[in-house]
Amino acid sequence: MSNILMQVENLSVTFGIPRRGGWPWTPPDQLQAVSNASVILKEGETLGLVGESGSGKSTLARAIVGTVPVSGGRVLWKGKDMVGLSAAETRAHGRHVQMVFQDPLAALNPRMTVGQVVAEPLVTHFPDLSKSEVRDKVGAMMERVGLLPALVNRYPHEFSGGQCQRIGIARALITEPELVVCDEPVSALDVSVQAQVVNLLQDLQRDMGLSLLFIAHDLSVVRHISNRIAVMYLGRIVETAEAGELIANPRHPYTKALISSVPIPSPKAERARHRPVLEGELPSPLAPPSGCVFRTRCPIARPDCAEVRPELLEVANGHMVACPHHDDAANADQRPAESVN
Amino acid sequence: MLATRAIADQLAHKDAVKGRSLWADARTRFFRNKAAVGGLIVLLLVGLFAVIGPFVAPWDYEEIDWSVLGRVAEAGRPSLETGHWFGTDPLGRDLFARTVQGTQISLMVGIVGAFIAVIVGTFYGAVAGYFGGRVDNVMMRIVDVLMSIPYMFVLILLLVVFGRSMLMLFIGIGLVSWLDMARIARGQTLTLRNKEFVEAAVATGVGPFTIILRHIVPNLLGVVIVYATLLVPSMIIYESFISFLGLGVQEPLTSWGALISEGSGEMVNGTLWMLLVPLFFFVVTLFGFFFVGDGLRDALDPKDR
Repeated sequence: MSNILMQVENLSVTFGIPRRGGWPWTPPDQLQAVSNASVILKEGETLGLVGESGSGKSTLARAIVGTVPVSGGRVLWKGKDMVGLSAAETRAHGRHVQMVFQDPLAALNPRMTVGQVVAEPLVTHFPDLSKSEVRDKVGAMMERVGLLPALVNRYPHEFSGGQCQRIGIARALITEPELVVCDEPVSALDVSVQAQVVNLLQDLQRDMGLSLLFIAHDLSVVRHISNRIAVMYLGRIVETAEAGELIANPRHPYTKALISSVPIPSPKAERARHRPVLEGELPSPLAPPSGCVFRTRCPIARPDCAEVRPELLEVANGHMVACPHHDDAANADQRPAESVN
Repeated sequence: MLATRAIADQLAHKDAVKGRSLWADARTRFFRNKAAVGGLIVLLLVGLFAVIGPFVAPWDYEEIDWSVLGRVAEAGRPSLETGHWFGTDPLGRDLFARTVQGTQISLMVGIVGAFIAVIVGTFYGAVAGYFGGRVDNVMMRIVDVLMSIPYMFVLILLLVVFGRSMLMLFIGIGLVSWLDMARIARGQTLTLRNKEFVEAAVATGVGPFTIILRHIVPNLLGVVIVYATLLVPSMIIYESFISFLGLGVQEPLTSWGALISEGSGEMVNGTLWMLLVPLFFFVVTLFGFFFVGDGLRDALDPKDR
């Protein structure tokens, strides 16, 4: 639990959006999906990444996996920078970092059998394996994720959503990676199946010593599976802390609002609690506000928030917050009454 | 409890189940479509006609029956006695043998054209769509340029400059047939490229050409096959038009277009069979292809009906 597996330093991802009605040589608008994000992931740890839609969670994950070009910063994998690698080296690295996707059915090629889908990473990275070895490994992995190995010749459309997600997990784990990036792996599933998949992931993580980067917008799921949680807002990481600490003792006003928006499954408690409700919409990432990007919706915003971008600073042991005013009196009494279970 | 365990054991040790692929599903849907199956049967019969025709024909396609020459309108009628089942052409050659020969050429032109379109067009479009950006721009502009050149004009020039030959005909048709296919394949690839299963393959570290072959092309094939079945008749029509102008295949070889042209020229002499026989095969085959293409579209893409 101590060695640092991966260190993301000041990572930025910028997309060029072609201007509508512009000439082909008109410079495209720059959309900064992730801006100077820094995250550390230790071996065997689960890092939860939360934030509302459009906050850049998925883009950060894709930059780490290498399917989205990075425009600035570094991704250190066991101390080695992954950003400047050649295409072939990045592909070879794919063995160590695998991904589980949100839409379980869309993530499986409809023209391939489940056996072929699960075998693909194995065949890609270990081309010397014989057919029978591949078949045995695929069968064993299918069993590991709770599917009958006899189903290898079936096609994805013959499975339910939960089963498809298990197939996706089997594909991600067959090369025995060290990091699995889960991009909202349970949000397309119904609640009972969510629990099965989350528990499966936890079991597999324990057995195989995996690190997980777990993205979700459902805080209770993240809380259940994560050791640490990072909160993102408009491409910036605004707060990171141990999972329990973050939920019980959020510092950043955005984190407080996020946690208070989780419903409590008891009408009485729900009615009694104080809820700081955020006004307004997520600003456009094409034209983010100056200084602190959250100031347009922040309940404790001050004029000086527009001037400098707040740094992510350590306020307690392992608890980092990007808000210089988090210990203000106004912020302090907005503490949510009850935390999530 | 014991029973469930027995069932579980049984399930766990069962042999691999055969899955139903999307292709198998499409096949059953296709065979349920009566018009499409009818079209397929017609096409098979026409194909059979082209293949075994030469063996059953009593006359050769370039042999002149001297006994009918000069009085084709009376002696050259379709008849079982003379062995000219479909009659003769103005030169006294057996029309049955010539129709068989024309069918071979026309089908070959159609199928070769569609084949080139499928192979070249699909890969060209898939590569352009998958890589996107500048590669896509350059590749598709080349297609635009080629498309903007009048096709018939180029084909006629080719045939005039390099002489009329089958090879030139195939080259001319091959040069142009894949352009539309490339556009269709590219458009489909653009939507496929953003699917999560492609991203999964990229993240896994599969190489770009393997992704195109393994993930993009199989998912394109549905559209491509439908378009190809509709391309065959249009190739046949192009060839017929060229032959009708007198630029297609060379005598004594013939094709449907050449036969129809010849037959229409003889209409005033009361020898209608020279027009109707090749026309019948031409029309029936085109209908067959259209029905099969329609059935394939319904079968491969049940959502779009």
